[in-house]
Amino acid sequence: MWNSETVMMLIENTGLTLYMTLTSTIMAYVIGLPLGIALVVTAKDGLRPVEPVFKLLDVVANIVRSVPFLILLILVIPLTRLIAGKSYGATATIVPLTIAAAPFIARLVESSLLEVDKGVIEAAQSMGASLWTIIWKVLLAEARTSLIVGATIALGTILGYSAMAGAVGGGGLGDIAIRYGYHRYDFGIMWVTVILLVLLVQILQVIGTKLSKKLDKRSR
Amino acid sequence: MEAMIQIRDVTKTFIGRDNQVEALKGISLDIEKGNICGIIGMSGAGKSTLVRCLNFLEKPTSGTVLIEGQDLQAMNEAQLRKARTEIAMIFQHFNLLMQRNVQDNICFPLEITGVKRKQARKRAEELLKIVGLSDKAKAYPAQLSGGQKQRVAIARALANNPKILLCDEATSALDPTTTKSILALLKQINEQYGITIVIITHEMAVVQEICNQVAIIDDGNLVEAGSVEEVFSRPKTKAAQKLVFQGARRMEEMRGRRCIRIVFSENSSFEPVIGNMVLACREPVNILLADTKDIGGIAHGQMILQLPEDPVTAEKMIQYLKDRNLMVEELEDYVE
Ligand SMILES: Nc1ncnc2c1ncn2[C@@H]1O[C@H](COP(=O)(O)OP(=O)(O)OP(=O)(O)O)[C@@H](O)[C@H]1O
Ligand SMILES: [Mg+2]
Repeated sequence: MWNSETVMMLIENTGLTLYMTLTSTIMAYVIGLPLGIALVVTAKDGLRPVEPVFKLLDVVANIVRSVPFLILLILVIPLTRLIAGKSYGATATIVPLTIAAAPFIARLVESSLLEVDKGVIEAAQSMGASLWTIIWKVLLAEARTSLIVGATIALGTILGYSAMAGAVGGGGLGDIAIRYGYHRYDFGIMWVTVILLVLLVQILQVIGTKLSKKLDKRSR
Repeated sequence: MEAMIQIRDVTKTFIGRDNQVEALKGISLDIEKGNICGIIGMSGAGKSTLVRCLNFLEKPTSGTVLIEGQDLQAMNEAQLRKARTEIAMIFQHFNLLMQRNVQDNICFPLEITGVKRKQARKRAEELLKIVGLSDKAKAYPAQLSGGQKQRVAIARALANNPKILLCDEATSALDPTTTKSILALLKQINEQYGITIVIITHEMAVVQEICNQVAIIDDGNLVEAGSVEEVFSRPKTKAAQKLVFQGARRMEEMRGRRCIRIVFSENSSFEPVIGNMVLACREPVNILLADTKDIGGIAHGQMILQLPEDPVTAEKMIQYLKDRNLMVEELEDYVE
């Protein structure tokens, strides 16, 4: 079994996993970051309290988050077809991954931004800062360490989801693990993919932690 | 001339889920341009709420706040933001941006007003010189002491040349020596740039140190206001007396046996001296006798004081009076 073909396949699918994970994380941030900011800003004691908007976002985020990923994957197949042209393979998997991760990321962003000292926000207000300035230069800038830690968690989670998508032919390492391990009882390859997945998570984690430490000016 | 800050019948009621707090119950106060006004009161009296009404961080429930005759209530959001650039504020916990270095913290208000980066840097440099932190431009707030952080906050507050500086418990997190130096800096700023300063505090010593005007807030009401001398030497209300003799024992319990006679020969009235001495030493004295005589056209006054029992405090008081060029004479066996 350990011929160059297998090795090539593993390398290729590691690439696919990274591709799915990174692309969906970026897409999910495109949706989730503004949502997270909106959750903080429109909340009752936020900068611009708008109760209906907050309630709506809050409920939607909760609903999407409570649907198990495998079920969501199947539920959104029509949408996946519409966007990606087909319902299987790595590119198609990006659609459900993004949908599942966006509310999760919105929550991560929300909790990071809520950690920002109220006093600092108040100081900015007292200087005549606009809402946009406060969001950009106070909330996001002050929370950057926490946001990066959040992004690391998001990457790890999305990587896990992408492996789950393998169960329905999503491509990537999860797909390999299921095809070889579950369908062909080839536990050797399954273990190798598991180790590769663990390594990927580890590497992302280390990079994330390093980066957040480097950018944090609160200690020293 | 019109006062810099005019507060008219300001009330503020916080409405909670199942209760209602009347934090301000109708406060009117004028603060003249160039004054340093202390607003003092017990915890929960409404001081912070009042000062936050001066830049509309808190909107009053009713009443008006006029800054240089401009009604804050009548402004739209953009106008209010513009007005706020001229009403700076410093805080008990400094509220610096922790992820920006000192220089960039000072540049922040300048970014808000759209000052060019290069110019802002230059202004930051000047301001750091004023607050005596030129060597810390690249340091991050986490690397500074409390006093240094407050200096940065003051520099940041001055960046846009404000007319007013609001200080909410700006020295409450600092030790006495640092407090003194920060107060001296505020005084210097007031004198050099003519900035009107409003100082919120619960410490009488702070007011005594730099204010010329004082307002006493008690349970949402303004109970006494006037010049510092006036209010300190003749506190009329219970709340004022409580603050003036903060931490001191009650008058009736005076048991000290040492009595002194002080003679005033200058034209200065003696009340402020005694008032300030009491504040500085944080112990009350009993005034057993006070009179003034006109001798040769010059007012001569004498006063007999019963000093506190504690010999250290008594000695400190005598020294305090001597330091102010008053004649101090000890009386033996004046009281039983
Ligand atoms: N946002 C708020 N919501 C509800 N109640 C509030 C709010 N802010 C202040 N209060 C209440 O208003 C009253 C006055 O509070 P304020 O903070 O002005 O007091 P303070 O004089 O500054 O006290 P301290 O010396 O402790 O800072 C208090 O009873 C407080 O609980
Ligand atoms: Mg307060």
